[in-house]
Amino acid sequence: MKARIKFSKNGSMRFIGHLDVMRYFQKAFRRADIAMSYSQGFSPHQLMSFASPLGIGLSSDAEYLDIVLEDSESVTDFVARLNAAMNDEIRVREFTVLEEESKTSMAVLAACDYLITVKPGRTSFLTEKEQRKEAARRFAARDAIEIVKKTKRSEKMVDIRENIYKLTDDRDEFEAFTGGRYGEITLDTKEYLPVLYMQLTAGSIVNIKPELVLEALCTQEEKEYDGYSYQIHRLEMYADGDAKKGEIHTLSSEIPCRLVPLSEYGRACPK
Amino acid sequence: MRKLALSDEILLSVEKPARYIGGEINMVKKNPSKVDIRFCMCFPDVYEIGMSHMGIQILYDMLNLREDTYCERVYSPWMDLDKIMREQNIPLFALESQEPVRDFDFLGITLQYEMCYTNILQILDLSGIPLRAKDRKEGDIFVIGGGPCAYNPEPIADFFDIFYIGEGETVYDELLDTYKEWKASGRDRVEFLKAAAGIPGMYIPQFYEVKYQEDGTLADFYPIVKEAPKKVLKQVERDMSDTFYPKKPLVPYIKITQDRVVLEIQRGCIRGCRFCQAGMLYRPIRPRSLEFLKRRAGEMLRSTGHDEISLSSLSSSDYKELSELVYWLIDEFQGKGVNISLPSLRIDAFALDVMSKVQDVRKSSLTFAPEAGSQRMRNVINKGLTEEVILKGAKDAFLGGWNRVKLYFMMGLPGETWEDIEEIAVLSDKIAREYYTIPKEERNGKVSIVTSTSIFVPKPFTPFQWSPMVSKEEAKEKRYFLLDKVKGQLNAKSIKYNCHDADVSELEGIFARGDRKLCDVILRAYESGCIYDAWSEFFHYENWVEAFQEFHVDMDFYIKRQRGEDELFPWDFIDIGVTKDFLLREYNNAKAETVTPNCRVKCAGCGAAKFACGVCKE
Repeated sequence: MKARIKFSKNGSMRFIGHLDVMRYFQKAFRRADIAMSYSQGFSPHQLMSFASPLGIGLSSDAEYLDIVLEDSESVTDFVARLNAAMNDEIRVREFTVLEEESKTSMAVLAACDYLITVKPGRTSFLTEKEQRKEAARRFAARDAIEIVKKTKRSEKMVDIRENIYKLTDDRDEFEAFTGGRYGEITLDTKEYLPVLYMQLTAGSIVNIKPELVLEALCTQEEKEYDGYSYQIHRLEMYADGDAKKGEIHTLSSEIPCRLVPLSEYGRACPK
Repeated sequence: MRKLALSDEILLSVEKPARYIGGEINMVKKNPSKVDIRFCMCFPDVYEIGMSHMGIQILYDMLNLREDTYCERVYSPWMDLDKIMREQNIPLFALESQEPVRDFDFLGITLQYEMCYTNILQILDLSGIPLRAKDRKEGDIFVIGGGPCAYNPEPIADFFDIFYIGEGETVYDELLDTYKEWKASGRDRVEFLKAAAGIPGMYIPQFYEVKYQEDGTLADFYPIVKEAPKKVLKQVERDMSDTFYPKKPLVPYIKITQDRVVLEIQRGCIRGCRFCQAGMLYRPIRPRSLEFLKRRAGEMLRSTGHDEISLSSLSSSDYKELSELVYWLIDEFQGKGVNISLPSLRIDAFALDVMSKVQDVRKSSLTFAPEAGSQRMRNVINKGLTEEVILKGAKDAFLGGWNRVKLYFMMGLPGETWEDIEEIAVLSDKIAREYYTIPKEERNGKVSIVTSTSIFVPKPFTPFQWSPMVSKEEAKEKRYFLLDKVKGQLNAKSIKYNCHDADVSELEGIFARGDRKLCDVILRAYESGCIYDAWSEFFHYENWVEAFQEFHVDMDFYIKRQRGEDELFPWDFIDIGVTKDFLLREYNNAKAETVTPNCRVKCAGCGAAKFACGVCKE
């Protein structure tokens, strides 16, 4: 039985890399005595895959892990049982049973929402409300946003304007745009000052890192970008309800993208 | 959110920040201000190595059972963080509370190998603890050492307030109770040490004085306060099935060297191999009951979620109920995706059956540790493994589908001849030949044999404690000789030969049988930048040579000398049960190439019977 878990990742767990989080879950499932399905062979491993690795240092409200369960009994109290076997800084928030034919979240991922905050004890021009409002406005008005994309072999300039679906300093505006209600964000926003919200293209075809967008914004404002000053927090991940395989819809596409949070995409009929 | 000692900026700029954040699954949480004793347990090497050590997990669990004590952990910061901490004056902190180590009551350092000695100084230095015990003042932490290298603590005696001689399960309660009483009394620091000296197994180096002869050997070694005993008796846990063993071991976030449940099935060894220090130190052998092991295996697998369990002991095949335990583990856990690993297993029909059930035969390799190539030399070292047994084991394994073999040997054993070394190559080849006696259609491709040699390091409390160690030059010559002999074998193409670094072994040899004169040398080497000496990329041999020269300490004195039968050794004040008379008898048996039967066949009268437990009572 295919299922999807949505979890948050905060605090010291920000320093645990993607592969280690995978190992962490493997052990947590065993501790919680959840009947996972295993691959065949002499060193069987649990069938699981992440939607998108979160960079070290980033925090998140919405990480997605797809798993395969042996039986439907494991579904009972799934969230409570798993959370009892976890630490305080990785918490399961939602559990969705998927249709058997549904694709992995990695395959359908189309966009991510991010919150940019300024870390306690750090300074940034973005802490000034007027400055960040103006910066976001200027950013949104641009026709092209060129960044340097580094690969192993070369560096090239790419225009990512069409991959930035939204960038604003205003939470209400952002929520109106995404159609989501984030409720309580698991990052402590009394400590970390929220300054910007953004929705960016994500997935295996094009994946825009929020750091690059933030850096481009700093460059636009002629400010130095200091990555250590900002805590980047992932808010949500989406699939595109209308995209076909190998296709992405961006701002410049004829067909607009129809984003659905991963926790709702491919959900099996409710019981 | 947990408070961390290091800033995000630092954590994001070092390799594997998870080494420093603590918070692992099953980590013990207590309020540090609500306990009487804060104990910081340290393994002086990098996190992945230190976290793999079961001994610390046993002590961590045991000490935290005391409500009045909070035991936390610290490991050596890696080179990248070491540099940052020095530059920014960040004090070394414990993983649990993330608070500075120097504010604790005790720093307990486990001494698992000699090459970690400079890392001890790194820990003290980064913590801001005076390096020498004599410079520590009222209110300073007490530094206590334990583990195998504590059986010759003299080369690092200056840096420790106390050495705990023996197994950790035994007298910590007494030590901590004594500490609490002393703390409440408000008396001087030295008074606690005097009280501790009265607890069996405690060695307080500053209460002893050493006199040397003109030739540099010990003339006398004696206590200078009335509280300190003349001999320190090793402490032994007598009932291994009614003692501390964690039900909920720590589970790290990053991959560590031993990323599995470790079940110590017995302590000690009956074999009496003459090169093996552990085989003498942990006498007598004490098995844990099958019932105890089954219960713990289940509890530990459930509480950790590990997908592997490893049975640990010096010689698993000597555990009488091994097959019952192993088949039970397979029945109980294999269906849940749990892998079972059995190191130190003699290759026989049982071993092959188990291995074929738990491993992928095509991907795994067989390991034999003949330790010496010739039967003559195996008699010298009392390694009761015959060529017949090795070849039979190999043949059976080949028939079962295996085609990879690892062989471990030592070079530089006492009385070793060129023929003995050549026999290493010959034995490797015989195993390969054994493979090709199998009809071609039944073979699984080519055979691959990896033959490794390490340099034999004579250790205290072994029959070879009187022996000189092979010199670096000789070791090199022997290595080339063996390489040449391997190349001359019929199956040379199937045999790969590896060998161990001679510079590191030389220092290990010096520290192993060293005396107090080495404290200055080790401190100077540390000051000149030596740290992580066990890691070849950080090992600076030339710094060590300079440090020895500066203090006019002769390296050869410790390794090249044949020691006299009546020489007083720096470690002779420790009583491990096994007597010096027995060790000398065994040394003479070695020279006569006489084999001594194992403890279960016939008691050799080693002296360990005074502990009245384990095999001595079977």
